[in-house]
Amino acid sequence: MNKKQSVILQRTYIVLVFCFMYLPIAVMIAFSFNESKSRANFTGFTLGWYKSLFHNEMILSALGLSLVLALVSSVLATVLGTLATIGIHSMSRRAQLVVNNISYVPVVNPEIITGVSLMLLFVMAQNFGLGGGNGLFGWPTLLIAHITFNVPYVIFNVGPKLRQLDPSLYNAALDLGCTPRQAFFKVIMPQLSPAILSAFLICLTYSIDDFMISYFNSGTMQTLPIAIYSMTRKKVSPEINALSAVMFCVILAIILISNAADSRAYRKNQKEIRKAMQEEGAR
Amino acid sequence: MKNRCKVFAAALAALLLGAACAPAALAEGDLIEVNEDIAVSADYDWTRFADDGITLNVYNWGLYISDGSDESVDVLSAFEELTGIEVNYTTFDSNESLYAKMKSGGAVYDVIFPSEYMVGKMAAEGMLAPLDYTNIPNFANIGSDYTGWDFDPENTYSVPYTWGTTGLIYNTTLVDEAPTSWAALWDVQYANNVLMFNNSRDAYAIAAKKIGRSLNPQSVDELTEVMQELKDQKSVVQAYVMDEIFDKMEGGEAAMAPYYAGDALTMIADNPDLAFVHPSEGVNFFVDSMCVPANSKNKAAAELFINYMCEPSVGLANCDYIGYSTPITAVWEQLDDELKYSEIAYPGDDVMGKAEVFTTLPDEINAALDAQWSEMKSYEEGGSGWMVVVLLLLALVISFFNIWRKLRKKARDDY
Repeated sequence: MNKKQSVILQRTYIVLVFCFMYLPIAVMIAFSFNESKSRANFTGFTLGWYKSLFHNEMILSALGLSLVLALVSSVLATVLGTLATIGIHSMSRRAQLVVNNISYVPVVNPEIITGVSLMLLFVMAQNFGLGGGNGLFGWPTLLIAHITFNVPYVIFNVGPKLRQLDPSLYNAALDLGCTPRQAFFKVIMPQLSPAILSAFLICLTYSIDDFMISYFNSGTMQTLPIAIYSMTRKKVSPEINALSAVMFCVILAIILISNAADSRAYRKNQKEIRKAMQEEGAR
Repeated sequence: MKNRCKVFAAALAALLLGAACAPAALAEGDLIEVNEDIAVSADYDWTRFADDGITLNVYNWGLYISDGSDESVDVLSAFEELTGIEVNYTTFDSNESLYAKMKSGGAVYDVIFPSEYMVGKMAAEGMLAPLDYTNIPNFANIGSDYTGWDFDPENTYSVPYTWGTTGLIYNTTLVDEAPTSWAALWDVQYANNVLMFNNSRDAYAIAAKKIGRSLNPQSVDELTEVMQELKDQKSVVQAYVMDEIFDKMEGGEAAMAPYYAGDALTMIADNPDLAFVHPSEGVNFFVDSMCVPANSKNKAAAELFINYMCEPSVGLANCDYIGYSTPITAVWEQLDDELKYSEIAYPGDDVMGKAEVFTTLPDEINAALDAQWSEMKSYEEGGSGWMVVVLLLLALVISFFNIWRKLRKKARDDY
């Protein structure tokens, strides 16, 4: 095989992979403009589903709940998880192994088991009178459940990064006169922040995505996946296509903007370094 | 179904009389106009809970109320505006998930919408509160055809919301002659061209009707016999589906499928090649009802909500949106003639006379149904048995490989 052929092969492979990943989304977005409710025949172009989406109070309130829940639970889970990681990091090797494995169990555990067991726990707490007359189920249970399944993801994102850090950096900061708190916030945190950010984003997506665990712990509230699932006896409305299209575009925009900001910051940083070196050279 | 004839005669009489006083035909009492589409009767105290800060938890099927989407009328916000009661409206996908949710103790609802057999089951288990009909005067609007069925003979617990029948949807261009019997779903000439319900109760009903049995098995033996029919059918079935039926039938991917009459109307509107028939052996007649759970804390307000849902203008909006048949006589009268006299939505006595409702099954039969249904679904798919062995072997090989690698590494390190 000559070089040209292998290049063509590589290109086709990449195109195929991206097709698998993005064609379904493209189809979904295309059908959000479909005039009829059909998911098979494209009958005409309309923006009607977008319009009716913003009048559908049930979908909007489910979306609102999902977003707020995801945001709050991810923030809390990220804080908790980061603290846990730092704690675990300073344990002995054997203790680290044990704690890491224990916190890995909820990740590999089928979600339905996590969901049902949390529900049973909450029902028990409710039977003991927690939550008063209105019961415990609703916001508190949803929030606790989401934090519970999010924390392990934070630990497994931030942990490896922390292990990569040079331990003498922290000691050096102390030697140079930092208090332990300053050393943590000025030296450790900035280096962990990419890992913390990616952990936060993972939590956000898992939380918006979650059906099983929310289903058992939502009480009379309803997150977006539950609302969509309940449409399956009739037919999932194209408003959901419209909503997914909007969400996809928003997320795409966020990624593009944050990448652009990153690369700009990187260039600026490089420029400053170069400038500093030149000044050094001039002297 | 002689009652149906009475309703029919009354409607005809109303039509004839109505020529003179048509616009006023509905306005027996005064109406309160909530918005341009919703007007409710004035001789009912709608606002008595306005200052109590009540939130009603309403749990309904998905897409089963006129909610303002797709240019429909938003009946829920009209209710909030009228009564000052807030509605927390959430949805479920099946009777079983409704039941599980209530049994789990994780949620307290005020109004729920179970189907007939689930009403029977919940009532038997004491999960429903008896309704106080002084709070629901609009119950009088419900046609007598739709009340007093076996699952709740006195309508102690339930008020009908919508009803319908199951039947056979077929694509006229893909069948040689129009099917009239459930047996068409077993016909080998349509092999791989037939869709089937992916829920045990509805699928069972079809097989049972095909061999002339009741929808409600009395014994495990009877159940086994009917399930054998479903196993025999499996080679003909293209897929077991629920809402995928819409796309598959509209797109012409299958020749025939059983589904609910109201949804069939939607599909026929999208693809005129489709047609619907009530098979001659008899069909399932279903009623989705409104009930108040026994543990509801706002029972009177819940009954007020049910009364509101039985208002003709509200019923009409819902009927328009959902597409299922309405039990409210005054709503039926306002429908277009095409729908009003449609054999699909409002079938005549020949169909209704042979229709049967689901009843609550005894626990042992229910358990046997579930077990045999999942056995049927995995039946003949083969592979599943020896796949386990293969996977186990694979796991063993991998772990041995890992151990071997580790030992080798250790040996090398020692060296």
